[in-house]
Amino acid sequence: MTQSTQKSSSLSTRHLTGIKELTPADIELILTTAAQFKEVINRSIKKVPSLRDITIANAFFENSTRTRLSFELAEKRLSADTLSFTASSSSVKKGETLSDTINNILAMKVDMVVMRHSSPGAPHFLAKTTKAQIINAGDGTHEHPTQALLDAFSIQEKLGEVGGKKVAIIGDILHSRVALSNIFCLQKLGAEVMVCGPSTLIPRHIDKLGVKVGHNVKEALEWADVANVLRIQLERQQIQYFPSLREYSLYFGINDKLLQSLDKEVVIMHPGPINRGVELDSDVADGKHSIILDQVENGVAVRMAVLYLLAERGQ
Amino acid sequence: MSFYTFTAYTFTEYKKLQMEAVKQRLILNEGALDVTLSRLCMQLIENHGSFSETALIALQPRGKWLAQRIAEKLAKFTGNTIELGYLDATFFRDDFRRRDNPITANATEMPFLVEGKKVVLIDDVLYTGRSLRASLDAMQAFGRPTKVEYLVLVDRKYTREIPVEATYIGSSVNSIKTERVSVEWKEQGYESDNIWLLSK
Repeated sequence: MTQSTQKSSSLSTRHLTGIKELTPADIELILTTAAQFKEVINRSIKKVPSLRDITIANAFFENSTRTRLSFELAEKRLSADTLSFTASSSSVKKGETLSDTINNILAMKVDMVVMRHSSPGAPHFLAKTTKAQIINAGDGTHEHPTQALLDAFSIQEKLGEVGGKKVAIIGDILHSRVALSNIFCLQKLGAEVMVCGPSTLIPRHIDKLGVKVGHNVKEALEWADVANVLRIQLERQQIQYFPSLREYSLYFGINDKLLQSLDKEVVIMHPGPINRGVELDSDVADGKHSIILDQVENGVAVRMAVLYLLAERGQ
Repeated sequence: MSFYTFTAYTFTEYKKLQMEAVKQRLILNEGALDVTLSRLCMQLIENHGSFSETALIALQPRGKWLAQRIAEKLAKFTGNTIELGYLDATFFRDDFRRRDNPITANATEMPFLVEGKKVVLIDDVLYTGRSLRASLDAMQAFGRPTKVEYLVLVDRKYTREIPVEATYIGSSVNSIKTERVSVEWKEQGYESDNIWLLSK
């Protein structure tokens, strides 16, 4: 193999703090690389040795099942050394500051930090103040970049491409980091985005981001090629934004009857965890239009791609 | 009249001028290449007969064109269908994070397992030997072959960084590190097949 004929490209950033900081070329590169890793994780031997000299800390200051497992699996498939850390069982409880915690982890010669935190901007702060390469696995109600990337990857896999497609994000937009990252990611790839939900759960001025705003689920579904349904995040709601879950479900829940009443097919996505019977009925979540479990599988491939490409920038 | 005049070049003219700018030597042209490919196929048939237990694996990205030509010729000579897979070893390379220009991964398409088969790995140029080392690792995910052979079109002598040699060699060249071998296939959009040794 001659060296100059190999395609060369790398990310424009050392950190993945948010989709906002990525260029469309970065996103394309991540999705292309993820497709190669998806082939790898479907082999009988699923491991590659790429990151064998890298140590990654998973610092989860907020609860997570799917994202943490997905990152851990991605790291192990790439042969990285990993250490996991949850806030409830650590010195954070004793009053240690965020940068002290991360600097202590770094002092043990860790290369990358995958972090989730309840404060928006925590990863951006650490990217500026510490030497670690930071990967944001969700910061409060701000961004969740890897979720947006795996959503884009899943749409691309299902519909061929993201550009030109219409995606409706339905549900609790106000408290959702998935919504914001998805809006940035889909727009950078050339898709049209609509947000739909009760007015109390849609942030004011969100139309300034160039998204359509709707309050009727049926109209949104008629417009869309893809519906990304979000969970009602009761744990983040300090006040009551709608009268009752039953009422929310009646007006904004998606059931099979509603899908049947459309004269077209809409791909159903959900970042999980699903509140069955609230935003999605079981027959829709498990139905033939749902790609919810594909999203989970693609999550590992996309996170492998992100870790692999960032590791290359960290030399 | 302006002192400055512009000449509009077509892509091929521009490419030609660019090629003239660097010192170059033709290693194989289209006719010679076809003879070499036929000879390589005959050597393969000598050892593998009807290819019932042998599979070809192209090393991505540059081994693809050569392997397709070889598979085509072998199918013609033997009258059998030849199993051909494409293997990408990017994630198995030992120079990850150690090179200036990162490599983008290519698709691996292995429609068969190599367990119990004889395998011929195919690449265009054998240089440091590191691609082959990575490929042998990458191949482990698809089983344990009974025998592995290595076919290259151009063997660059005295440049190895790992003690490996090819089983079948199209052409050997003496070259130094500042030179490079450029393999051009019609399938890539070139006018004819040519292999060049270029000085930078």
